[in-house]
Amino acid sequence: MPEQESSRTLKVDYLARVEGEGSIFMRLEGQQAREVRLQIFEPPRFFEGFLRGRAQSEAPDITARICGICPVAYQMSSSHAIERALGVTVEGALRKLRRLLYAGEYIESHALHLFMLHAPDFLGYEDALLMAKDHPGVVTRGLRMKKIGNAVVELLGGREIHPINVRLGGFYRLPARSELETLLPELEWGLEAARETVSWTAGLAYPEFEQDYEFVSLRHPDEYPVNEGRIVSNKGLDIPVEQYDEIFVEEHDEHSTALRSHIKGRGPYLTGPLARFNLNFDRLRPPARQAALSAGLEPACRNPFKSLIVRAIELVQVFDEALAIIREYQPPPVPHVDIPTRAGTGHAITEAPRGMLFHRYTVDAEGIIQDAKIVAPTSQNQRIIEEDLRLLAPQLAALDPARATWLAEQAVRNYDPCISCSCHFLKLDIERV
Amino acid sequence: MAATAPRLAVWKFASCDGCQLSLLDLEDDLLAVAGAVEIASFPEASRAVGPGPYDVSLVEGSITTPHDAERIQDIRRNSRILVAIGSCATAGGIQALRNFHAVKDFVSLVYAHPTYIDTLATSTPISEHVKVDHELHGCPINKRQLLELLNATLNGRKPVISPHPVCTECKRKGIVCVMVAQDLVCMGPVTHAGCGALCPRYQRGCFGCYGPSDAPNTAAFASSLDFHGLPPEASVRLFRSFAAGAPEFRDQSLAIEESAKRSTSSKAGH
Repeated sequence: MPEQESSRTLKVDYLARVEGEGSIFMRLEGQQAREVRLQIFEPPRFFEGFLRGRAQSEAPDITARICGICPVAYQMSSSHAIERALGVTVEGALRKLRRLLYAGEYIESHALHLFMLHAPDFLGYEDALLMAKDHPGVVTRGLRMKKIGNAVVELLGGREIHPINVRLGGFYRLPARSELETLLPELEWGLEAARETVSWTAGLAYPEFEQDYEFVSLRHPDEYPVNEGRIVSNKGLDIPVEQYDEIFVEEHDEHSTALRSHIKGRGPYLTGPLARFNLNFDRLRPPARQAALSAGLEPACRNPFKSLIVRAIELVQVFDEALAIIREYQPPPVPHVDIPTRAGTGHAITEAPRGMLFHRYTVDAEGIIQDAKIVAPTSQNQRIIEEDLRLLAPQLAALDPARATWLAEQAVRNYDPCISCSCHFLKLDIERV
Repeated sequence: MAATAPRLAVWKFASCDGCQLSLLDLEDDLLAVAGAVEIASFPEASRAVGPGPYDVSLVEGSITTPHDAERIQDIRRNSRILVAIGSCATAGGIQALRNFHAVKDFVSLVYAHPTYIDTLATSTPISEHVKVDHELHGCPINKRQLLELLNATLNGRKPVISPHPVCTECKRKGIVCVMVAQDLVCMGPVTHAGCGALCPRYQRGCFGCYGPSDAPNTAAFASSLDFHGLPPEASVRLFRSFAAGAPEFRDQSLAIEESAKRSTSSKAGH
């Protein structure tokens, strides 16, 4: 009888419904977790190595290949960072088109995670296809929302995975107003569906769990953060992106092919939807703020399981924003601003669906990349995921092994971990000694 | 679902997850596919893992670690039909750029403790390790082609997938040649079709993400790049991107480097 053993191991050898390969190992002694390891065994691909010597113009296409789930995030962070190195800013309608493209990726990525990967945990299914048998309405609504996100990215980017229309300075080809307007009816349906998703997720049962997190996200003077802003936290951090390297440290340890971040002298922190929501509630567009309030969710929400509701709120936000951008769209005079070649270093963070995505490039006077650094959101969240599992130990110890494994996996999936990105995840081992 | 539904498995090696995401991106057809097969193993989508053997295995990613070189052998033994999907699985992927360098330099550049990292010197396609029944090209693959391939395989017929270059797709769609009309560098003449001539439709030259077409004349294409004044190092980068490990592109990139070296040394000799 497991509940009578004083100690045990909880193992998940291959974490499912996450993007990439990873595992969890936990050793429990009574109610205490003696050891918690999130192990990422995604084979390393060395992007920062082979970016050296490539043309600056290639960075958006090359770094997109770090992640098939959030390629737009990589295209945006790399473009912004190199543009800053070159002293270029992209404004007006081109900037709005970038936000529209990113909105498409948020819809696609959040709908995939919320409905296909995370919701089955809350309803007790192995996967969304099995869930579809009992909850066909929910799954088909999720798939339709996801498809709308794909349609936005496809129209603007050329295709939904690894779009081809993003370049330094803007785009290769501009969409006509009439093309974008074809998206309006589905986006209007999507906004309504996102509101319903907020109420639906708010009605699910959530494990009792909170932690005194340091939430870290971008903050922009007048927008919910996506493409730019200062780095802020609920514990006093407020710095420009250029100081990232001075405050955040990446460490390499033996059980992971992903680097793990922490704040110098302070420890682990949380990035992603929960952090954005808690730090930028006042910047949400009115429909999203209204949806949050009607679901009874206000900052500070410290239950990571409720990131499910926050993703639904962010879906309201991005559907609403996409509609506004298309309704106001007047094609800019040129598809991209001119890109010079000159030596320099540039930094950028954009808010990927999973959290802050940092890029830094040094380019030479011929436009060749001399140095690159990329920090993915899952690397940043790795240590806080382990902290969550450690604090969850008493609850895990009280459950039978199958339920304990399920809950531990669910806790990891709160972060929508993208292991392909961070290796640059998942197997669960809980050992009870 | 019939009791005899074919059993489908999806496997991942070094990759971005994008090609298997194409399966989830089938959206409207996803539930139909799920109804026609038993999804025996698909970790990205489900916790449930059924044991082999499998009727069809879709393999994403390239082989880059000693462990993965063994894992693919197991998968082959347990699969009746094995399909390599995407540029990583068919040509080594973008990570095959390591094949042109000493991998230890990359390891020490990215990781503080290189000894923790167990990696092979090269990134290689699945076909260099086991027999592959079908290959689907692209970075990422085209989801309609994936559906066609699944449909054909499950019905025991040959998939209808064009081996032609991207140029053929432009001509069929009546797209004005971006190389001729706009003087853009375009890899369409030597790149495998399947994307629907996407880049030319977006006022951009093809950058070869579907890898080489059948029997491409890469040498003639390389001399046209030279004729248009593209520096050799830029031509090398063009062949060395998302299908850098495909023999046709790899060998051409090496040939350009060789000839650039020869011409530098002959100039130095004058």
